[in-house]
Amino acid sequence: MPDELVKEQECIWRTMGLTDEEYERVRGLLGRDPNYVELGMFSVMWSEHCSYKNTRAVLRGLPTSGPQVLQGPGENAGIVDVGDGLAVVFKIESHNHPSAVEPYQGAATGVGGIIRDIFTMGARPIASLDSLWLGDLGSARARRLFSGIVGGISGYGNAVGIPTVGGQAVFHRSYENNPLVNAMCVGVMRHEDIKRGAATGVGNSVMVIGSTTGRDGIHGATFASADLTDEAIERKSAVQVGDPFREKLLLEACLELVARGCVLGIQDMGAAGLTCSSCEMASRGGAGMIIDLDRVPRRETGMTPYEVMLSESQERMLLVPTPGREDEVREVLGKWGLEAAVVGEVTADGMITLTEGGVQVAQAPARALADDAPVYHRESSKPEYVDALAAFDTAGVPPCADLGDALLRLLGSPSIASKRWVWEQYDHQVGAGTVIGPGADAAVIRLPGSQRGVALSTDCNSRYCYLNPRLGAAHAVAEAARNVACTGARPLAITNCQNFGNPYKPEVFWQLREAIAGMSEACRALGTPVTGGNVSLSNEDGETAIRPTPVIGMVGVIDDVELRVPMGFQAEGDVVVLLGATRDEIGASEYLAIVHGVEAGQAPALDLEAEGRLCRLLVGAASKRLLSSAHDMSEGGLAVALAECAIAGRLGAALSVYCGDSGLAPDRLLFSESGARAVVTLGQGRVAEFLALAASMNVPAAAVGRVGGDRLCVEFEEVGGAAASGGTERRLDVSVDALSRAYEEAIPCVMQE
Amino acid sequence: MKFGIVVFPGSNCDRDVQTAARAVGYDADFIWHTDTSIDGYDCLVLPGGFSYGDYLRTAAIARFSPVMESVARYAASGRTVIGICNGFQVLLESGLLPGAMLRNTSCKFVCRPQRIRVESTRTPFTRKFRMGQVITLPIAHGDGNYYADDATLAQMEMDGQVVFRYCDESGEPTPESNPNGSLNNIAGICNKAGNVLGMMPHPERAAERILGGAEGRSLFDSVAQWVQGGGRIA
Repeated sequence: MPDELVKEQECIWRTMGLTDEEYERVRGLLGRDPNYVELGMFSVMWSEHCSYKNTRAVLRGLPTSGPQVLQGPGENAGIVDVGDGLAVVFKIESHNHPSAVEPYQGAATGVGGIIRDIFTMGARPIASLDSLWLGDLGSARARRLFSGIVGGISGYGNAVGIPTVGGQAVFHRSYENNPLVNAMCVGVMRHEDIKRGAATGVGNSVMVIGSTTGRDGIHGATFASADLTDEAIERKSAVQVGDPFREKLLLEACLELVARGCVLGIQDMGAAGLTCSSCEMASRGGAGMIIDLDRVPRRETGMTPYEVMLSESQERMLLVPTPGREDEVREVLGKWGLEAAVVGEVTADGMITLTEGGVQVAQAPARALADDAPVYHRESSKPEYVDALAAFDTAGVPPCADLGDALLRLLGSPSIASKRWVWEQYDHQVGAGTVIGPGADAAVIRLPGSQRGVALSTDCNSRYCYLNPRLGAAHAVAEAARNVACTGARPLAITNCQNFGNPYKPEVFWQLREAIAGMSEACRALGTPVTGGNVSLSNEDGETAIRPTPVIGMVGVIDDVELRVPMGFQAEGDVVVLLGATRDEIGASEYLAIVHGVEAGQAPALDLEAEGRLCRLLVGAASKRLLSSAHDMSEGGLAVALAECAIAGRLGAALSVYCGDSGLAPDRLLFSESGARAVVTLGQGRVAEFLALAASMNVPAAAVGRVGGDRLCVEFEEVGGAAASGGTERRLDVSVDALSRAYEEAIPCVMQE
Repeated sequence: MKFGIVVFPGSNCDRDVQTAARAVGYDADFIWHTDTSIDGYDCLVLPGGFSYGDYLRTAAIARFSPVMESVARYAASGRTVIGICNGFQVLLESGLLPGAMLRNTSCKFVCRPQRIRVESTRTPFTRKFRMGQVITLPIAHGDGNYYADDATLAQMEMDGQVVFRYCDESGEPTPESNPNGSLNNIAGICNKAGNVLGMMPHPERAAERILGGAEGRSLFDSVAQWVQGGGRIA
């Protein structure tokens, strides 16, 4: 491509998303003007999506190591040791911008991309989770996006044959124009099969395997790194189209290559396609790569080098095969009906060199592309709203006149209501491993050929994060750990997806910095390091940003899946025990938002020591087979937690709750969202042992009643009248049937419109 | 007792059938769709999934896989063939079973536990169930809406070819308990001879209590018992 083109069209780098300073930096690194192809490559590699240029500096302090970590951030996915020589590979990634423009394909290719990240490492994917954030379902646009996104996940994940076992669906108007789709995938393999995305061995072949290359998704990474303005939405060609059938074939072919020992290094072609995979593999291997673009299998004719390098056609991999095994690679790919072509070789010069028709069309140092993007220290300032909203005094909130009605309203609000409408569209059982499926605290998947299982959960409360990003992000980690521990699994490590607005706005950058600090603190305290993840910025429609949404994906391990603990009440007569201390904390709560229409106040305080103790108690009790059921308390507090246990188990309970020495009013007791709490049930014969265990681990525990009947009844024990709070009911009494209807019918009802 | 599991490109319940068969106590191995020699198996299973991506129409391409001629000969010889979900669709497309499959009336994929009633215990696949027994098996499909023309349907009902019907907890095949719009609440059928079974529910997903149920085990046991007793329909 002639250099004149760059000069002819003034400042063409700006249209590609590079600033003038970045363009100068490219010139400095090359020692000359880049040509059109090189400029395209730098612009995608230096997009926020690929380079983390705005976030690298704040991500530096994350805790990323621990005895369980086999692979931390920097690879296609993180890996933890789960014992028995098994390794679990996992990562979460956003596909927000594409899903806003074309919900079905956007979400589908998000699932496809994260699945490839897992089998790229040599692992068989065994489960997916999807954290979805949408506008208020009262809006037709939000419903259309919700329906399309769920359809896309279902259409892709079901066909590939990986069970979708969990996730979230949260609704708030700040996501109206910027829905979030964060897809997590988890795989398993033996330690010795771990593959990495590095190109090593000068002279080794470089192969493109999988699908052919077309013009779809060009500049997808750049698109994903800018605000979603109307102009950007017109760029539909930046959205890729997925083919789950090819993905399934590629998955099986890659795992067969790994099993046969044909793989030296391998990387998925996702964002920035061949550009990203080639320069990252070369850079990791401390090598270079020469690629003959004529040899890249195409699905369209007349593609330019620029288009080949920037295409984001799906279901492709870049492979450095074990020397001499190229024919075997072709044979395996051929068996699965896929392409495999040697397109170049590993070189010693550290350069990515591209040729077409025997002529060099681009050359740039792999490191410059992959690692030398500028690192920005963005300006940060605390938004004004933070202190104003935090100042809201919950003491002035009027008492709840009808506790039952308040509970039913909470259960019927889409963010809390049953997500059955979503997960019944997902095949959550394929793979013969789903021990606990969707709708529970965490999903539990049995590992093939083992009694061990992994527990998986995604969590975030973006109202907490909006009001206090640091505390909110720490809560997300704590809740994820609690969810995993409720099933009896030991929390091991996290992956994360940081979804924010435009980082060039100091207020947004402040949210991001604070959230990462909070996540870091919680991960350190709970011993669950960060093994990877992704950052999705510019989730704005030109005016308003989404709420800060740092989604945490937690992985835990349970040594024997027979020990897993379900969420729902199990048997009449089981004793209900409340764990943890309830404080007057309805600030930032679901109750305050839904029943009183206020989204303000302080998010609950977080005691990470207490969270750790609670998790250890839950895991310890499960391993001793003491528990019949366990469920954490989070959004909606004790009331919603009890209702969910009753609905899941189709059993009621009769409880008498002590209002505490501080004399909490019944509505505060029921709906406070204090952390480090859970509700467990157990057989009468095990109560003494369990209470002794809880006491020894310094976790407050109170037996409050029994499971049974078809109503959820909670009475409040007064303490010398101290609990009295004018106008508040003294008793909650609702039939399980009514709870169940409110909970189950909310989303189907609104989606039928 | 050895099950042979036919693997088409895009099959994704193949490994699950093997896991289930082994959990119940039988041997099971894979047959790649281009293999035409299928000797040594006591029962063939066409598993669920999305053969060839289900592009064009569910199972429309898989019926042309080389292995299908051998499957037809195997069936014609009186030995047992089970098609589950996508495998059922392959059997319909290849004419080994009558009828066709339409999109679910909800137009959505549906994955959930489903009650079905055993309508015949005379087949090699249902001998260990009780007539009218109500069992729960998972369903997971987007195209499970069984259709056949009136005459075919009447004939099938008369000949006892309906093996499983969607029903409610009391065993009634009500419209509310029909998850996909299938005619006559049909969940599974067999051919006239009774040695070829197609069913939308997944018995292999109900072979271990830890995975949510074990009522599918009897299907594997039924076939094994029948095979041990000679295993061929004349």
